[in-house]
Amino acid sequence: MIHSLFLINSSGDIFLEKHWKSVVSRSVCDYFFEAQERATEAENVPPVIPTPHHYLLSVYRHKIFFVAVIQTEVPPLFVIEFLHRVVDTFQDYFGVCSEPVIKDNVVVVYEVLEEMLDNGFPLATESNILKELIKPPTILRTVVNTITGSTNVGDQLPTGQLSVVPWRRTGVKYTNNEAYFDVIEEIDAIIDKSGSTITAEIQGVIDACVKLTGMPDLTLSFMRWESERILSFIPPDGNFRLLSYHVSAQNLVAIPVYVKHSISFRDSSSLGRFEITVGPKQTMGKTIEGVIVTSQMPKGVLNMSLTPSQGTHTFDPVTKMLSWDVGKINPQKLPSLKGTMSLQAGASKPDENPTINLQFKIQQLAISGLKVNRLDMYGEKYKPFKGIKYMTKAGKFQVRT
Amino acid sequence: MTDSKYFTTTKKGEIFELKAELNSDKKEKKKEAVKKVIASMTVGKDVSALFPDVVNCMQTDNLELKKLVYLYLMNYAKSQPDMAIMAVNTFVKDCEDPNPLIRALAVRTMGCIRVDKITEYLCEPLRKCLKDEDPYVRKTAAVCVAKLHDINAQLVEDQGFLDTLKDLISDSNPMVVANAVAALSEIAESHPSSNLLDLNPQSINKLLTALNECTEWGQIFILDCLANYTPKDDREAQSICERVTPRLSHANSAVVLSAVKVLMKFMEMLSKDLDYYGTLLKKLAPPLVTLLSAEPELQYVALRNINLIVQKRPEILKHEMKVFFVKYNDPIYVKLEKLDIMIRLASQANIAQVLAELKEYATEVDVDFVRKAVRAIGRCAIKVEQSAERCVSTLLDLIQTKVNYVVQEAIVVIKDIFRKYPNKYESVIATLCENLDSLDEPEARAAMIWIVGEYAERIDNADELLESFLEGFHDESTQVQLQLLTAIVKLFLKKPTETQELVQQVLSLATQDSDNPDLRDRGYIYWRLLSTDPVAAKEVVLAEKPLISEETDLIEPTLLDELICYIGTLASVYHKPPSAFVEGGRGVVHKSLPPRTASNESTESPETAPAGPPSGEQPDVIPAQGDLLGDLLNLDLGPPVSGPPLATSSVQMGAVDLLGGGLDSLIGGPNFVTPPAAAVPANLGAPMGSGLSDLFDLTSGVGTLSGSYVAPKAVWLPAMKAKGLEISGTFTRQVGSISMDLQLTNKALQVMTDFAIQFNRNSFGLAPAAPLQVHAPLSPNQTVEISLPLNTVGSVMKMEPLNNLQVAVKNNIDVFYFSTLYPLHILFVEDGKMERQMFLATWKDIPNENEAQFQIRDCPLNAEAASSRLQSSNIFTVAKRNVEGQDMLYQSLKLTNGIWVLAELRIQPGNPNFMLSLKCRAPEVSPHVCQAYETILKN
Repeated sequence: MIHSLFLINSSGDIFLEKHWKSVVSRSVCDYFFEAQERATEAENVPPVIPTPHHYLLSVYRHKIFFVAVIQTEVPPLFVIEFLHRVVDTFQDYFGVCSEPVIKDNVVVVYEVLEEMLDNGFPLATESNILKELIKPPTILRTVVNTITGSTNVGDQLPTGQLSVVPWRRTGVKYTNNEAYFDVIEEIDAIIDKSGSTITAEIQGVIDACVKLTGMPDLTLSFMRWESERILSFIPPDGNFRLLSYHVSAQNLVAIPVYVKHSISFRDSSSLGRFEITVGPKQTMGKTIEGVIVTSQMPKGVLNMSLTPSQGTHTFDPVTKMLSWDVGKINPQKLPSLKGTMSLQAGASKPDENPTINLQFKIQQLAISGLKVNRLDMYGEKYKPFKGIKYMTKAGKFQVRT
Repeated sequence: MTDSKYFTTTKKGEIFELKAELNSDKKEKKKEAVKKVIASMTVGKDVSALFPDVVNCMQTDNLELKKLVYLYLMNYAKSQPDMAIMAVNTFVKDCEDPNPLIRALAVRTMGCIRVDKITEYLCEPLRKCLKDEDPYVRKTAAVCVAKLHDINAQLVEDQGFLDTLKDLISDSNPMVVANAVAALSEIAESHPSSNLLDLNPQSINKLLTALNECTEWGQIFILDCLANYTPKDDREAQSICERVTPRLSHANSAVVLSAVKVLMKFMEMLSKDLDYYGTLLKKLAPPLVTLLSAEPELQYVALRNINLIVQKRPEILKHEMKVFFVKYNDPIYVKLEKLDIMIRLASQANIAQVLAELKEYATEVDVDFVRKAVRAIGRCAIKVEQSAERCVSTLLDLIQTKVNYVVQEAIVVIKDIFRKYPNKYESVIATLCENLDSLDEPEARAAMIWIVGEYAERIDNADELLESFLEGFHDESTQVQLQLLTAIVKLFLKKPTETQELVQQVLSLATQDSDNPDLRDRGYIYWRLLSTDPVAAKEVVLAEKPLISEETDLIEPTLLDELICYIGTLASVYHKPPSAFVEGGRGVVHKSLPPRTASNESTESPETAPAGPPSGEQPDVIPAQGDLLGDLLNLDLGPPVSGPPLATSSVQMGAVDLLGGGLDSLIGGPNFVTPPAAAVPANLGAPMGSGLSDLFDLTSGVGTLSGSYVAPKAVWLPAMKAKGLEISGTFTRQVGSISMDLQLTNKALQVMTDFAIQFNRNSFGLAPAAPLQVHAPLSPNQTVEISLPLNTVGSVMKMEPLNNLQVAVKNNIDVFYFSTLYPLHILFVEDGKMERQMFLATWKDIPNENEAQFQIRDCPLNAEAASSRLQSSNIFTVAKRNVEGQDMLYQSLKLTNGIWVLAELRIQPGNPNFMLSLKCRAPEVSPHVCQAYETILKN
């Protein structure tokens, strides 16, 4: 199972190590550093690295490499999933997951890691249960602890651990009982030069914040669902992801936005023309907001002189990254960005065309058409507040030019 | 107030300061000090000097403090074993605490203290915790057994913890079941042969029930364990599949992939006509596609596995091409994997789309990716004939970009296209030649040279072109040199008049000025050919080349089947069987897909038609660049089995028997009644014996004389279990007769008489051919050696394991029972040599599902020695051939009940690990045959 964990920052310092079996020397990370050097960017470090006696499995999140060391044949997905759980837990505990925060809370981090694995076997990975075992630090608690000498560590058996619903603690009480659901959909798409869709799929999730007394049994009824169109569950306490779903590329996915572009590098002259316009397509009458256009320009582009019709733009001549924060799209007056590019004199036309990356948000719309009809609660007598919100966002939304 | 205050740099006096604080009377100060110690420890500072002071803080009611001290203990106990003993009492006490959390915490921590001395003290508390009323404690204790096993395996076995652990598989709490399975799996990994996870329909049922109720991690353990089970028939396989299928929609990708493994494996057993089979296929696609929307690291592992799945069952994802399209900001390792799968899925139906994508990729920034994309276009051309023309024109477009590495890759793949579609696209040669100067990579240069040589008659200035390469001949890499040599010889054969000088030049460069034996030898061969028989040279050098197949980089089918059993593991990421990379000498059990067995059909019914092509006809893959012209050298390889037939015939056999009998009575006479103190077993047939047996070997070279390997005697029935009678023994096979050599020792105080022996029914009908003859009463401390002749005409009943023999021995005191495993090679008969034609036909005829693969490790013999050693145990080499430096021995043997076993033994010089493939109509004997191989080869 999982032997050890090393946390490494992007400059290659190991700033935390945890061993669940015997201690593995940190020199094992040298193999990781080699791979890190070979990869041009941090994102490209391969997730599985063999060494003579161990395997290193890593994930890269929040500019930190979480490197797990294993010695025997262990399912790599098991390890990677676990590492993601570690990241999520840190984020849950400390609000952000960053090197300074981890260092600031190193004892809690260590205690949490100790509870998450035993001899490399997962022990408590549910945030609900972990928080019962080790209370997350809050300013108030730190002060109280210092004065009273009490601790972060709970002294109770995590009650949920052994019940038939291990994900929910028992004896939950609230004065205001509420259940909120967010249906969030992300569109991943590749649009070709001419504007037609090469592939488009939707990744959807339903996140929930449920604060309900006792042991409620909830039923969500959907507009579009397989045959029965209902989902029945006992919720964990607090925030959780109820489900995720996927609408595959084989289905017809509505594309809410289009990009018109005209980018030309002229062979001889050292000036190129650049113009893009963004507009709404299938939005079901909703407004598109939070639009940000980014594009990695070819190396041959020295600088860009552009004028946006709205929003602000930047071009970094070193990284060649163009970024245009558009904001809302007004269908009556489409936002555009045009101007010229100065190109390296004498150099030939760049080989590659820039790809345009799009971010946007649409409130109150689930683009797949998924809709929650009603929420019912059984098992408890009170009437909870209920709410549901929809949102559609761009995931990896790319337009080729 | 944050913990960063604990990170002040180590000053000299810091340890002293901490020591003082740890011994402080104030609780708060103590705790703060322990925290500081832990913080130092986490960043790798050595604070082991504080061991006694920290351990002193252990006896506390404060749970956090206790946990912190435990953390410290786990880290440093090993370096301070004597001190660590101080902690034992607290553990024992904590294991009886009324609070289950404390009990669990104690049992958890004590297993992490890797100190031998302490381990013994922990057995009693662990035993209690394994039976604790609280499941939380039990599940923690289950893991503790695995920890303890890692420290001291013998102790765990002696204490009976493994049995307790096995019992926990039937625990009422699913979490306990999951942890027990996980612990057993981990232990089993270091004992591959042990039957720790002995699965039967009942335990499977329990696992399936627990599967629905345990945590996501537990589900992974259980699914991986289920995957090792082989259902008895298709109905059981289907019912397990039905219960596993819901796991496919789990949010944890590891659960999903483990479920996919179980389904892919058990599907093998389902008939394709079944409705359920089709349903299952359909259900597999969505979860696999969904894995690709996860984080890139997960995607990578998923893609490596999908690569296997697509090769095994292309129908699952054939409509999902688009999810493999590359996004420009995917990490490079994801891009490359997606590309690979795109080509595997390419078909006439989607080729247009794929090509458009590939062309797009070829203009990206990342060089590795662009190269692979260009190569992919070539592979598409070879795979989908209808698209070849479009691929070629796309490649030409790319060559026009003049981007150096794009041009070079394009030329490499165009060469393959020329081989696949000869005389179709030669019009592009002119364009290729324009780019000659920009080629600086050996592979591209070699490809270009091959093209020039192959089409020399159509290229007017072929001689000039090749001559230009010749100038820097010695600076070229070997593959370019070889290619150039061959190309010029081709040119000479096509245009002999103008190129005589050139060919002489290259031949002398290759033969006289080169240190490379490959190059020199090829040079000499050409030289000799050209000088003695130019017509033959033409036939050889300009021979028609075999067509290259459509699919490239295919994983060999047997390996693929094995890898399917390892979906979701590291093996699946590396596309290598675990035996190829798993650390240390730990043996790895080879897994194979279960054969398709219908519940109402017998295993041996000939209707189970072979699925897929027999292994002799695997598609050829494009040869690696190095031996592109290897077709020349491979000419003599022709049909799969070609070695000269070995001189034997059945007529000789009879004579040999006679001779063997004679010889045996001369030399091997004493073999039947060996003197009591005979320490060396009379293994006259084994080649490792004395000079006599060397002589014997000579004879076995002439014909086949039987003297199988004889294992040293082992104790079968210890005196303790048989009121003082100790029986040890072994099995021998000498010239066609099997006997059981027994050694009876009387360790009791009274005389033993009236011996008799009886066998239970067994798989091969072994039975005593004569009564057990102990002539005189056996007095205390006396030992007698008896050879009991056996025959194989007894009644037959299939045993588990197959070679199990249950024996009852009676004497004047009581009846005693024991069972023993006989080595299968005592059943290998003397006329087990198959005719070559017959062998070929039979090999093809036996369905592929019946093929089993094994690895025999650490065998120091070469092919010759192995073959002769096996022959003395009646495993006969039918043919021998050498492929790519490996010796392949094709062997046959026959069992007493007439079952034939066909074998392919692959031996690579210098590699002590042999690969053994066995084919048999009764595949259940294969593992035992393999074991026999191993015994014979290693002794």
